[in-house]
Amino acid sequence: MAAQKQEKSVIWDWLTTVDHKKLGIMYLIAGTLFFVKAGVMALFMRIQLMYPEMNFLSGQTFNEFITMHGTIMLFLAATPLLFAFMNYVIPLQIGARDVAFPFVNALGFWIFFAGGLLLSLSWFFGGGPDAGWTAYVPLSSRDYAGVGLDFYVLGLQVSGIGTLISAINFLVTIINMRAPGMTMMRLPLFVWTSFISSTLILFAFTPLAAGLALLMLDRIFGAQFFIPSMGGNTVLWQHIFWIFGHPEVYILVLPAFGIISEVIPAFSRKRLFGYTAMVFATMIIAFLGFMVWAHHMFTVGMGPVANSIFAIATMTIAVPTGIKIFNWLFTMWGGKITFNTAMLFASSFVPTFVLGGVTGVMLAMAPVDYLYHDTYFVVAHFHYIIVGGIVLALFAGLFYWYPKMFGHMLNETLGKLFFWIFYIGFHLTFFVQHLLGLMGMPRRVYTYLGDQGLDTFNFISTIGTFFMSAGVILLVINVIYSAFKGERVTVADPWDARTLEWAVPTPVPEYNFAQTPQVRSLDPLFYEKIHGDGTMKPAEPIQPIHMPNGSILPLIISIGLFFAGLGFIMMNMDNPIINPWIVAIGGLVITFGSMFVRSVKEDHGYYVPVEQVKADLKKGGN
Amino acid sequence: MAGHVDTSKGLPSHPERATLEGKNKFLGFWFFLGGETILFATFFGTYLGLRNGIADGPSSQEMFHLPLVFIMTMLLLTSSLTSVLAMFAMKKNNFRAFKVWMWITVLLGLSFLGFEIYEFYEYVHQGFGFTTSAFSSSFYSLVGLHGAHVAFGLSWIIVLLIRYNKSGITLTNAPKFYVAGLYWHFIDVVWVFIFTVVYLMGVGGH
Repeated sequence: MAAQKQEKSVIWDWLTTVDHKKLGIMYLIAGTLFFVKAGVMALFMRIQLMYPEMNFLSGQTFNEFITMHGTIMLFLAATPLLFAFMNYVIPLQIGARDVAFPFVNALGFWIFFAGGLLLSLSWFFGGGPDAGWTAYVPLSSRDYAGVGLDFYVLGLQVSGIGTLISAINFLVTIINMRAPGMTMMRLPLFVWTSFISSTLILFAFTPLAAGLALLMLDRIFGAQFFIPSMGGNTVLWQHIFWIFGHPEVYILVLPAFGIISEVIPAFSRKRLFGYTAMVFATMIIAFLGFMVWAHHMFTVGMGPVANSIFAIATMTIAVPTGIKIFNWLFTMWGGKITFNTAMLFASSFVPTFVLGGVTGVMLAMAPVDYLYHDTYFVVAHFHYIIVGGIVLALFAGLFYWYPKMFGHMLNETLGKLFFWIFYIGFHLTFFVQHLLGLMGMPRRVYTYLGDQGLDTFNFISTIGTFFMSAGVILLVINVIYSAFKGERVTVADPWDARTLEWAVPTPVPEYNFAQTPQVRSLDPLFYEKIHGDGTMKPAEPIQPIHMPNGSILPLIISIGLFFAGLGFIMMNMDNPIINPWIVAIGGLVITFGSMFVRSVKEDHGYYVPVEQVKADLKKGGN
Repeated sequence: MAGHVDTSKGLPSHPERATLEGKNKFLGFWFFLGGETILFATFFGTYLGLRNGIADGPSSQEMFHLPLVFIMTMLLLTSSLTSVLAMFAMKKNNFRAFKVWMWITVLLGLSFLGFEIYEFYEYVHQGFGFTTSAFSSSFYSLVGLHGAHVAFGLSWIIVLLIRYNKSGITLTNAPKFYVAGLYWHFIDVVWVFIFTVVYLMGVGGH
């Protein structure tokens, strides 16, 4: 049964790992790749729009880029990058040895990755999906959209499964795996927001899965859900899509709030102002986030009653969000603030996000929305939320947690330069898009006529994207430079921070905590610095630590799903090389076969012996 | 970590939740069922939105045949009862009775599935296919999704029964059986809604 751990080669170790820390790093790498890919597409689209009637991209390519940019950024960049931090940080912050289901954690990563690859494969088989990231029918029906859209449907379906099981894993981890004394109202805000975001994933990604299944049945198996002449209904897709799509914004932005709520107190040398209010504001935002999906559909013709209800519900979200904004301001108020790169990103997040929120209230007014609808004003609004909110928070989190994850600091000079170039570029790009929208420039079109008053602002907007790209290149340089020349971190707590992840040694041992810590307060590490000797009190004697074995099955299961999805897509291809049914059923057999093996073979893991733990303790100093 | 439970004096009163691993499985599965509920809710919503979209195809009044659906309902409801009896046997550590009740559950589920396949076969035979109308598409996808869940639940329970045929009830397999039982109840509850929303409303109300 529970034997000792065996030595493995490096590659095999990463392919089979079930360690939440390694998976966090894998999410970080995969998410960054997709982020760069979708970013390059955005850059190309902006170059196309730099001058009127440009011929840099064709209209078709522009449509494919605009679809893939949105889809990749939301599903394959922002979500996994947040998952990277959740995976790495949550177990450490709650004093756990790992997540509740380490195997499922690895499975979630590999399935997400398989879905992302499947989506990206579309370029090699007749072009990407071209119906917009919302895939509205009838644009996305078989009559108008080619096989690229099947890649959209099945790629998202597969990667959605991965996101869903990871969310369940986080929920159970946070409820069941907390260290003694870590009550729910002592959870760090990042854990709270991740918890609520995971709940949203659970209840929002399932309608998406259903909607994608319906679209797949329509497109591949001749169902009639969205074909009006056969009794179908096209608005039905919009409802299903936005019941997922609106909460998706909060799925992304709540953990971003969480990162900000960790970074601002750490570098203001103050505890977070209004912790309880922050927790309940998060819950209220999440609840209201579900009630407002139809504000994306004011112009569909739902009637004044429905429009009014959804308008008012939408504006209500400003109240709990305002609570959060003021709590961050009060946290900084009178604090001893260190403006390093992480704090620059975190503090600049606050006003930028407010700007995005204000235009959100403007858009929520149903009658005026008829004016803004499908103009660049909307584009500017949601990029202020997504770039000015989520991306800034991701960068703040990256600079904050980097020393714990990789054992060295990122260079501060390069970091600050990166911040300023990116931040100025961001405002250059998107602020003028508000004005373009008010002037009537429609979104999603690949060009515009000259001398309409649109030239200057479009030019400025494109220059802004060059700044942002330069910023991201600086970040890459910083990562490479710091890997070789960066300041090594061997201490557990380089920031003099407040929460438990800074109590474990760097590099973090595979089992995280040699002894589960006893939590005595909110901000447990800081409490021990003030009231104790600065180290966490153990809640248990040193004893053998039970660890799960690695497994290759998650990778095999996701390969099976990849081929199952590919098989379904091939059914819509003109000349598939192999019979699509063979590919689809073969893939499903691989997936269910490995699931069968997993459920029938009992794996009890292994134990880290006491001597090993003691040796690590002496070496690392906890 | 996996808090050692003393089993020398027999099983604890809740073998499915005695270990941390069992507790995690138990809670995780409830969240999974929460997601499944939303999944079915979306399919129900789609069906309700499209059930009058019959185009040139037959309507629900022309197709649905209540006596057959009544038999199916009885079979599935009874199977839920027998799975509960199996869980009682598990808590009393009576593995023999547990296995008998579980296999009866499987038989009832299989006969339900047989009737459903027969029903679909008959409908298609009478010109009510998956692609006939938006109504037919939504009917087959909702009821078919439930049928797929029944089939998956049955194979799951059968695999567990064969795998642990000789092992007796242990702290490792008790959570697995318990969770599979929960899944089976969930399938049953969904069917009650399908019976009401699809069949009763389809024959009667408009």
